[in-house]
Amino acid sequence: MLHIVNKSPYDRNSLDTAVSYKVDGDIFLLIEDGVYAAMKGGAAASKLDGCSVSVLGADIAARGIAEDKLIDGVSVIDYAGFVDLVEANEKVQSWL
Amino acid sequence: MKFTIQVNEGPYQHQATDSAYLFTKAALEKGHEIFRVFFYHDGVNNGTRLTTPPQDDRNIVKRWSELSAEHDLDLVICVAAAQRRGIVDDGEAERNGKDATNIAPGFRISGLGQLVEGAIQSDRLVVFGD
Repeated sequence: MLHIVNKSPYDRNSLDTAVSYKVDGDIFLLIEDGVYAAMKGGAAASKLDGCSVSVLGADIAARGIAEDKLIDGVSVIDYAGFVDLVEANEKVQSWL
Repeated sequence: MKFTIQVNEGPYQHQATDSAYLFTKAALEKGHEIFRVFFYHDGVNNGTRLTTPPQDDRNIVKRWSELSAEHDLDLVICVAAAQRRGIVDDGEAERNGKDATNIAPGFRISGLGQLVEGAIQSDRLVVFGD
C-alpha cells in the first residue's frame, strides 16, 4: 500500500494516522508540506523509523530543504517516480 | 494503467491542484490513461474561465484546459459543488435562470456518479486535497 502524506507533522497528525496503519511492504510518500517529516534532526523524524520513505524532489526544493538535510535512506523522486509508485501499489491512500 | 484523479481544492489556495496537475501530466507522459479528473468541493473553482492570474504566474485553469485539449481529458466538475460556488455552463444557466456562464474549455458539469464510475473503471484513484 502507498500512503501519501501532504501535511506537515508539526501542523497536523495525518502522518501519525498513516503510520498507525502500516503493514509490511508499505511505502510512505511525502509530498507538499508532508516533506517536513523527513528532515534530519526534526522532532518528527523518528515517526518514520522502519518505514520505506520517498519524498517529492520538487516539494523539498520549493521549501529550501537540501537532499543532505533529509534522514538517511529516503528516496527523492520526481512526478514520474510518483506515478510509478502509484502503479506499483494496488492500494493508494491520501491521508488528507 | 488507467487512473482517475480527484481534486478537492481550488487554485491558488492550496498546492493540491498543482500536485494533481503535475501528477496527471507525468502519468500521460509515461503512456498511462487518465480515465477522468473529477473536481469536487472547492476543486470546482479550477473550472472557471474568468480567472486572470498575473502574467508571471501559472495559469492553473488554462493549463487544465490545454492538457484536456491535448489528451482529450475528461474534466468533470461536481454539479452540487458547482451550484454552491457559481460554476455555470449553458445547461446550468438555463436550469437555474443565471445570466451568464463561466465554465472553462474542456470542463463539463456532472454528478457524483462520475466519480464513482471513475473509481470503478480505473486501476487507481488518486486523491489530491487539503
